[in-house]
Amino acid sequence: MIPTPQSDSARLITPTMLVLWLVLATVPFWIARVGLYPYLGIEILIWSLYALAFNLVLGTAGLPSFGHGAYFGIGAYAFGLCQFNVVANLWACLAAALAVAGLAGALVALFISHRRGIYYAFMTIAFGQIFWTVAIKSHKVTGGEDGLLKIARLPADFGFASFDLAGNVAFYYFVLMVFGIAVIVLWRLVHSPYGRVIAAIKQSETRAAHLGYNVWLYKASIFALSAAVSGFAGGLFAMAQLAAFPDVMSLHQSGYVVMMTLVGGGLVSFWGPVIGVFLFLIARDVIGAMTNAWMLYFGLLFIAVVLFRPEGVAGAIMAAWQNRSLNSMRQQGGTALRLLLGGGRWR
Amino acid sequence: MALIEVSGVHVRFGDRVVLESIDLTVPEGEFHGLMGPNGAGKTTFFNVLTGRVKPSRGSIRFDGEDVTGLSSHRIAAKGVARSFQIMTLFDEFSASENVIVGLPGFRARGFDMHHAAAGDRGFAEKASEILVTVGLAAKSDTRAKDLSYGDRRALEIAVALGQGPRVLCLDEPTSGLGSDGVQRLATLVGRLKGKLTIVAIEHDMEFLFSLADRISVIHWGQVVARGTPHELQQNEWVKRSNLGRFA
Ligand SMILES: Nc1ncnc2c1ncn2[C@@H]1O[C@H](COP(=O)(O)OP(=O)(O)O)[C@@H](O)[C@H]1O
Ligand SMILES: [Mg+2]
Repeated sequence: MIPTPQSDSARLITPTMLVLWLVLATVPFWIARVGLYPYLGIEILIWSLYALAFNLVLGTAGLPSFGHGAYFGIGAYAFGLCQFNVVANLWACLAAALAVAGLAGALVALFISHRRGIYYAFMTIAFGQIFWTVAIKSHKVTGGEDGLLKIARLPADFGFASFDLAGNVAFYYFVLMVFGIAVIVLWRLVHSPYGRVIAAIKQSETRAAHLGYNVWLYKASIFALSAAVSGFAGGLFAMAQLAAFPDVMSLHQSGYVVMMTLVGGGLVSFWGPVIGVFLFLIARDVIGAMTNAWMLYFGLLFIAVVLFRPEGVAGAIMAAWQNRSLNSMRQQGGTALRLLLGGGRWR
Repeated sequence: MALIEVSGVHVRFGDRVVLESIDLTVPEGEFHGLMGPNGAGKTTFFNVLTGRVKPSRGSIRFDGEDVTGLSSHRIAAKGVARSFQIMTLFDEFSASENVIVGLPGFRARGFDMHHAAAGDRGFAEKASEILVTVGLAAKSDTRAKDLSYGDRRALEIAVALGQGPRVLCLDEPTSGLGSDGVQRLATLVGRLKGKLTIVAIEHDMEFLFSLADRISVIHWGQVVARGTPHELQQNEWVKRSNLGRFA
């Protein structure tokens, strides 16, 4: 269970969201002054959306997906290919990113949803590698290792007005708007009856099945949904980079989102993945500017979290601010971590 | 027509035959006890009855309908609820939430993604009514994993009741309980007797003999004796094999 005050879980928009949006809205005004740059803000928002989508599977459903980069990447390619071959319309191409990645996720879900634990993890890796290989080898379609280049930031046409997103600040605000809507949708999803059933299945598939829930269908559907939203984030990423590359689909980049989510505290908090992305990307830019070995430090931090602090940063923050017991949060994180990799079918 | 009709159920795991041929007929409203030594296949029989294990032969009819080989969630949806020998609750959920997730009305909304689950007072009220009946009224907000062992057993029953079942299958409901706990459970289950069809695996003889209308003894994968508690006490087989030995 992702613990939130009852009242918050029933809300469409929570105080935390409002504060976050307000802070994020000011970013372009000061980010250059602290030595960073607006593009980093775009990256953080897109990866946050991706990590939140990923955490539907990892945190909410307790299913270890270690090849999620595939869906992020598929979304990016789908956005580009739609733009080049179907129609150069922002909404259509974002919808294509969502739909194609969702379909890919649904296809994979067909093969893995009777599993959980380590078997599930292995199979998600295998499928991730398959998609990655296909992306690299289909040179004619995807541009292979060179990537699919010259993707344009299509204008956002709202009917009454159309906005050019070519500049980073305009694009940042567009991504922020989309991120804001996505957060509302995901928050509601996690706290809906569906989300509660998914959380119940995480705790005991056996019990859920004997309460009349089609466990397989729930697991398959949350995976496909997560893949779809990851693909949507991938579509935004293609716009951000003006290209789509296969490396986001690789196993090691799929590992990034796992690390971000766990370090941030995705096992105990909805916001964990966002915190993880902030830390990861800022560490990359700040520590990365000083030493090439920044990944080593983040890797060590990841190991420390897995071994000693499964509640992650979000757990520590909730303990400090919401006056919740750190111990119980640590227990909860530990249990979630055990469920993630232990647990065969008989639970 | 009986509510449950099991005939010739045969189960093997690999080349190990666990159930040779089980027949069982339970009329609506009966409290039917199952006993037999450890490893006799009682839990496996429940697993077959509730769709968790597919029998290699034999058939199961529920209310006249053939349900052999249906998956657990379908059988559950037809009104068969069960508790587990090794308790499986949703440990991170509160007692109340454990019951809510089991309510058929909640299940019907299982794919509702755009309303807040906490926004529905109806489910919470229904859950608290049920928690009152099992004596957990004061603990509805306690997480399942923080409940005492006895309370967890009671919560299992509450969840099953919430399902509004026609049949309640209890797998060793008193195991691990002290004598007070057994007493409390006997009172609780006793109140359900007659209102529901109950099939209970139990090794506590006092518990079973005082509550059951009929009892079947499972051994070597078959029903070796069956009758009212009174008849069973006279049964040659049961006498010879010394009931007290069963666990
Ligand atoms: N899924 C399974 N795979 C293999 N063997 C099993 C399985 N389930 C139960 N068994 C075996 O079947 C036998 C009967 O077990 P069980 O039904 O739990 O007995 P009881 O509940 O009467 O004590 C045991 O020997 C057990 O090891
Ligand atoms: Mg047993």
